Amino acid sequence: MSVKLTIIQQMEQIAREHGKILAPLKEDLVLADCGLDSLGFAVLVARLEDKLGVDPFTAAEDAFFPVTLGDFMKVYEHGGR
Amino acid sequence: MAGVDAPSLRDSIANAPASRFFWDRAASAPYTDLDRGTSLGDRLADLAGRSVLIATASQLTTALALIELDAIARRLVILPPDAEAEHLRAVIAEAGIDAVVDDGAPPNAAMELPVHIACTPLIVPTTESRPAGVRTEWVLMTSGTTGVPKMVVHDLAGLTAAMQVRSPADGAAVWGTFYDIRRYGGLQIFLRAVHGGASLVLSSAGEPVADHLARLAEHGVTHLSGTPSQWRRALMSPAIQIIAPRYVRLSGEIADQAILDSLRAAFPQAAIGHAYASTEAGVGFDVNDGLAGFPAAYIGATRNGVEMKVLDGSLRLRSRGAASGYVGGGPALAGADGFVDTGDMIEQRGERCYFTGRKGGIINIGGLKVHPEEIEAVINRHPQVRMSLVRPKRNPVTGSVVVADVVLKSEPQGTGARQIEVRDDILKFCREALPRHKVPAAISFVSALNVAVTGKLLRRRG
Repeated sequence: MSVKLTIIQQMEQIAREHGKILAPLKEDLVLADCGLDSLGFAVLVARLEDKLGVDPFTAAEDAFFPVTLGDFMKVYEHGGR
Repeated sequence: MAGVDAPSLRDSIANAPASRFFWDRAASAPYTDLDRGTSLGDRLADLAGRSVLIATASQLTTALALIELDAIARRLVILPPDAEAEHLRAVIAEAGIDAVVDDGAPPNAAMELPVHIACTPLIVPTTESRPAGVRTEWVLMTSGTTGVPKMVVHDLAGLTAAMQVRSPADGAAVWGTFYDIRRYGGLQIFLRAVHGGASLVLSSAGEPVADHLARLAEHGVTHLSGTPSQWRRALMSPAIQIIAPRYVRLSGEIADQAILDSLRAAFPQAAIGHAYASTEAGVGFDVNDGLAGFPAAYIGATRNGVEMKVLDGSLRLRSRGAASGYVGGGPALAGADGFVDTGDMIEQRGERCYFTGRKGGIINIGGLKVHPEEIEAVINRHPQVRMSLVRPKRNPVTGSVVVADVVLKSEPQGTGARQIEVRDDILKFCREALPRHKVPAAISFVSALNVAVTGKLLRRRG
């Protein structure tokens, strides 16, 4: 399964679990508007580490967080920045 | 400190019937031999009035040395089995130790002490008269975090303050403990057995659970004690079926409803009780109604000489059973009002109080506080779960999330799909019982969880 598809599936799963409604998951979607709150994102990062074997944010030396869904997916596709 | 002097341990075993023993895997020691004999090579006079390090490797020789040296030594410093060698020199200096009792080679740091005495399970008749009795300080080491362990000072009257007046029926009991008697919880069981004139089955280092259970059965154990983690591990052994205790006791960790129910199912005829005690604050209370937590009416009341209150969410106790302090001073153990803060956090729901976890063990999830123990209690209620460990995991968004390691009662059959099904079901279970931030972000299945020598689930600092 592609990284992008994994991310989308996990976001949909977490939205279901947390009772949230997701905006259409397009690459230019601003993450802050996607429908998941910070706890949802925290769980997403933890689940993706389980699925993909990497947490690119905690592994990174300086703090950063992508703005759009497309940026977020790129971070995972490159296993880091 | 006021209080009636307890009879010495030697007095407690005097005139015991010939059928009373201490047993471990390798040896047995009859009370009657110890009453008239010595396991210390008849060298009590050399230990009288000294500060003695009990550095025995086996619990049996520990038991024998404690009985002989109570009311003889000025101070008994009991070295726990998991004590770190690097701290021993500091312990010896701090506690003014000038003699060591061991059952093999003494630890390196104790080599230079002026008196070395070997303790053996072979008891020989004594020829010397007993030195005059003194009030012995009993010193226990706290488990806990890193650094030199704290040495907590008790006396026998305090250690036995919670025990009822001895009745003849007590002597017919056969006690067993999963706990090590060199820790407060296990020492309570050792003292209960001796105080009541009852036999005691001890475990040996490295003994498999099934072998220990087989010995408990062989000796007809009637009263058996351990931590919830130790009981969960015992319940995973098919050998659990061969013991039939009349009294099952849990303490040392939070007893959740799942473990109480599992023990009820395993031992339908037994009385099942969970007890609360801490090395510093002493014995708190027993709960015998089969339910987790304890009645809220205990708070603010005095029961069996123990006063309880809750301040800033944590349980405080005041009783004769509390330690008198730490060796070498250290921080005050009790507050100005005489209450000792146990550091165990309490939450009241209806007419019942529940332990939620340790003061220092809180996980912070984006500002929301979580005790791992409250999540474990929910996971452990799932019918397929034997035990679980909830721990923090670093997270770039909220600082931490919680994740869980879970031991199932039986391995999930077949494929990974079956595993995912069980995992999703546990998560669903958690979502129904817990607010969102307390639901584990991930669940891993593991074949076992590490239980420390203290009998408690090993928690790494996250």
